[in-house]
Amino acid sequence: MSSLIKSSIARKVVMALSGLFLVLFLALHVTINFTSVISPDTFNQWSHFMGYNGLVQYIMQPILILGVIVHFVMGIVLEFQNMGARTIKYTKFNGAANAPWVSRNMIITGLVVLAFLGLHFYDFWIHEMTYKYIEVNPEDPTRYYRETVEKFAPIWRTVIYVISFALLSLHLWHGFASSFQSMGVNNKYTPSIKSFTKIYAIVIPLVFVFIAIYHHLNPITH
Amino acid sequence: MKIYLKIWRQKDASSKGKIVDYTMDGIEGDMSFLEMLDILNEDLISKGEVPIEFDHDCREGICGTCSLQINGRPHGPDRLITVCQLHMRSFKDGDTIVIEPFRAKAFPVIKDLIVDRNAFERIQQAGGFISVNTSGKTVDANNIPIRKENADKAFNAAACIGCGACVAACKNASAMLFTSAKVSQFALLPQGRVEATERVQNMVRQMDLEGFGNCTNTGACEIECPKGISLENIARMNREYLSASIKG
Repeated sequence: MSSLIKSSIARKVVMALSGLFLVLFLALHVTINFTSVISPDTFNQWSHFMGYNGLVQYIMQPILILGVIVHFVMGIVLEFQNMGARTIKYTKFNGAANAPWVSRNMIITGLVVLAFLGLHFYDFWIHEMTYKYIEVNPEDPTRYYRETVEKFAPIWRTVIYVISFALLSLHLWHGFASSFQSMGVNNKYTPSIKSFTKIYAIVIPLVFVFIAIYHHLNPITH
Repeated sequence: MKIYLKIWRQKDASSKGKIVDYTMDGIEGDMSFLEMLDILNEDLISKGEVPIEFDHDCREGICGTCSLQINGRPHGPDRLITVCQLHMRSFKDGDTIVIEPFRAKAFPVIKDLIVDRNAFERIQQAGGFISVNTSGKTVDANNIPIRKENADKAFNAAACIGCGACVAACKNASAMLFTSAKVSQFALLPQGRVEATERVQNMVRQMDLEGFGNCTNTGACEIECPKGISLENIARMNREYLSASIKG
């Protein structure tokens, strides 16, 4: 078992599985967020459910946080190993001739997304924890829409969201389909997986960006 | 053609190397790249200088010995060929060509442009074979029916010449394409299935021990491989490895 954990293939599979889990979570997240554009009440209901349901709070949320940590830590471990595998660099290395930029710079797009997650956690998760467990405020199923829209009032935050989701798009563009290859899936379905990856990598971040810009342009005035 | 060369010179494994400039005049497009280096070496010898060491053997693209990183790409700018099959017509008059050894911690430079690729040999020795009884009672391979598709894929994987271009091209210096080709060529055939579990585990373990990087699926290895070895082989090796690990 220890040799399995240390193996490069097993580590890549861990990256792939944690990545796919986060990809699935993105779909859920964007779906709930999108309700804030079409129905503030629905958004409040869903947000309240996610914020107070025991299964979500005490099982799903820790699993999600664990998924983020595993994906990040393993990504850093692999990156350091990869850097160590070529101690003397080429004078000239034409990486663009044989591999797209996104595939060669997953660590850059990943670190930007991670930095964004820091802001996102500060904005919403720490706020929630403070509201519920430190200030011990009563449940208020109507507060989420207002809090969310107010977050997007400053232009700087909206711009950071847009940039971060552009980089998330690049990360997904390579990472989604790549995770299947890491798990040994390369067959007649691979072209379809790659096509779906491209659609997913564009649509999901684009909807997140739309929501951020929409709320920035439509502040609550009363 | 007049060509400006920037070539990595390194006295021995322990010395620090550097890029040295050379200018070549009268180069013809029909010359092979290695011929051009031969002429440069003759010139250096006539001047009493130490010639540039570089690996070469068959000079027809089948032995996997030649191994130069040319303008940032293994085996140069053309696809599906080795350095010995590269011709000077691929360059223009006045071009500057940077020539370096394949770079990887697992491929230490021995001298100038020659690297030690014994790491590949050790990976092969870890399982890149089948244990056949050669006592005279060996069953003829042609007596065993094999699906055409599998035979073709095994044959394509077996086309790997072990040149190391995959490692040189990979931004992580990963040897996954090489190792996976060697695993696949046996995994696809009934003779190879007998030892498939141990083979993949041992070869991957040795690959990791050699200090190669991890595969991040950029696909650079597949593009630069002179024999067109497919990324499908890496996926197959991953499947074989996971399956072997689950079986224990």
